[in-house]
Amino acid sequence: MSANQFKSPVIRWIDHRLPVFSMLHHTAHDYPTPKNLNYMWNFGSLAGLSLAIMIVTGIVLAMSYTAHVDYAFSSVERIMRDVNHGWMIRYIHMNTASFFFIVVYLHMFRGLYYGSYKAPRELLWILGVVIFLLMMATAFMGYVLPWGQMSFWGATVITNLFSAIPYVGESIVTLLWGGFSVDNATLNRFFSLHYLMPFIIAGVVVLHIVALHRFGSNNPIGIDTRGPQDTISFHPYYTIKDVFGIAVFLLLLAVVVFFFPNAMGHPDNYIPANAMQTPAHIVPEWYFLPFYAILRAVPDKLGGVLLMFGAIAVLFILPWLDKSPVRSARFRPLFRIFFWVFFANAIALGYLGGKPAEGIYVILSRVATAWYFIHFLIILPVLGMFETTKPLPKSIAEPVLGGFSSTPEQAYAAPRRS
Amino acid sequence: MLSRIGAVLLFSVLSSPAWGGSGDVALKTRDWSFSGPFGTFDKAAMQRGFQVYNEVCAGCHSMKLIAFRNFADLGYNKSEIKALAAQYEVEDGPNDDGDMFMRPAIPADRMPAPYANDNAARAGNNGALPPDLSLIAKARPNGPNYLYSLLSSYEDAPNGKEVPDGMYYNPAYPGHLIAMPQPLYGDDVEFIDGAATSIEAVSADLTQFLMWAAEPKLEVRKRIGVAAVFFLSIFVIFSYLAKRRIWADVH
Repeated sequence: MSANQFKSPVIRWIDHRLPVFSMLHHTAHDYPTPKNLNYMWNFGSLAGLSLAIMIVTGIVLAMSYTAHVDYAFSSVERIMRDVNHGWMIRYIHMNTASFFFIVVYLHMFRGLYYGSYKAPRELLWILGVVIFLLMMATAFMGYVLPWGQMSFWGATVITNLFSAIPYVGESIVTLLWGGFSVDNATLNRFFSLHYLMPFIIAGVVVLHIVALHRFGSNNPIGIDTRGPQDTISFHPYYTIKDVFGIAVFLLLLAVVVFFFPNAMGHPDNYIPANAMQTPAHIVPEWYFLPFYAILRAVPDKLGGVLLMFGAIAVLFILPWLDKSPVRSARFRPLFRIFFWVFFANAIALGYLGGKPAEGIYVILSRVATAWYFIHFLIILPVLGMFETTKPLPKSIAEPVLGGFSSTPEQAYAAPRRS
Repeated sequence: MLSRIGAVLLFSVLSSPAWGGSGDVALKTRDWSFSGPFGTFDKAAMQRGFQVYNEVCAGCHSMKLIAFRNFADLGYNKSEIKALAAQYEVEDGPNDDGDMFMRPAIPADRMPAPYANDNAARAGNNGALPPDLSLIAKARPNGPNYLYSLLSSYEDAPNGKEVPDGMYYNPAYPGHLIAMPQPLYGDDVEFIDGAATSIEAVSADLTQFLMWAAEPKLEVRKRIGVAAVFFLSIFVIFSYLAKRRIWADVH
């Protein structure tokens, strides 16, 4: 739609000089989207909403929070008791963090299942992994701010991981701490970075969307759209579908915020931080547990740290590990089985991460960790070479089996205007 | 499929032992007035619980986050709170001469602690630190049932279990050996309203009071929650109908 098609003369006047309205129109109105997206494609907008909720509630919380070891805990309790509706703002912030991770994990599993990371969407996927990494750093530092027992000891354990790096490890830890132990300087820099990083995430989200709009969304069939008969405009079809998803998301969030606000937290974090008393079990937030399990599965500290970061690093090279030209698991019978095994394995890692590192749990953690890497490094490349895929439909509009298997040409279809 | 995955994830998160459960300890449970979506505090029970705290616990345990003005939640009026606060002495100052001085507390003051600092508290309690009770009901897994069980489960150690000096046997405590001597025996206090003073009844009243102290906004939270869930359920229905209608020409 060109600028002169807007009804309001004011909008036309502005858009002629500053084309923000036509830009928005292209991005969220005209934007042609595959007509066959299922509800697994709702989690992108939900992740965006989560980020917005986190930033808004976070800015309000920062108005009443004091980043000092002597006052942080009681300033949070001030928010809970004396600030008008402070308890609600804080419970929303706390629990939306968990919901953000649930949504992003589902978003990532959707990408894994439907092969959304494959050409030409490799950078789109990589930007997503960058966002995930930034989220983990932000969430970790946010958990430290209330300065409860788990805040303090979680910070101690996680920052100490960097000491495993040869030669420079100790210096890196000192730099992170701003001193020689987790203390006031640590709390201050974590608060500063915790406030900064969401805006960096927002910036990468913009890049993520730019990359998305270059080729448009992948879809459950995983073949490229071949023309207007395969697509519908984003508005009103996907705006209303996203509104419905948002309604369900907010309903679930409200149930947890108002009736189970502490279910996903740890009771120890209502005990003020005490450097002289270590909790019986130091566990990170639930969304880190799979990676925590990988860390503890290795008897060597450096090895554990490397594997833990490797578990994320492997996601960066995923587009080049999975060489199968077929994207969607619907047409990859073997991959589909391995996907669900991988999914179950990831849940198992999360469960094991919350268990004490002893006895059978250690052995199971090692098996699950090994499987995590075997899936990416061995199974995916091998499947790409040997798997017999099912015939792909000719197009989205005519989901009739065309009897031909994928051709490399379709993976590099013409870029779409956006 | 999607809702199934979501439900499984949410369930696995909420029910994982990492976020609750205290291992080998089987807790007594009770039907608390504040549990459930419509739960509210029992004001009479909280007043009795506050009396128990005052007469039994306050000798060792502080409640530093609670101000006298907060007792309005228990059903006391302004003059009652003023009179209550005036029974306590708090340190103020410095005055014009530069000296700290003691004065009767006012409703805006926090409850004064029994010990000047943690070291004094340890010195007075065999080396053990009596924890502040303001948040205790949220700072332990399954808080209310844990507190209720802990307060009412002291017993003689089973044969063969060695109890060191200064320790006491309590099956509700993780590890079963606790440094706090049995605080309640039943009939420890006399209630004006003539309520029961059995050890279970008194423990329950105290737990009610401590739960309020840890989560004073519980009632308003649940009230808003019911309204929010009601509103959002309707929003879900209408947005679904709108989605169906808009998509009718695509399907």
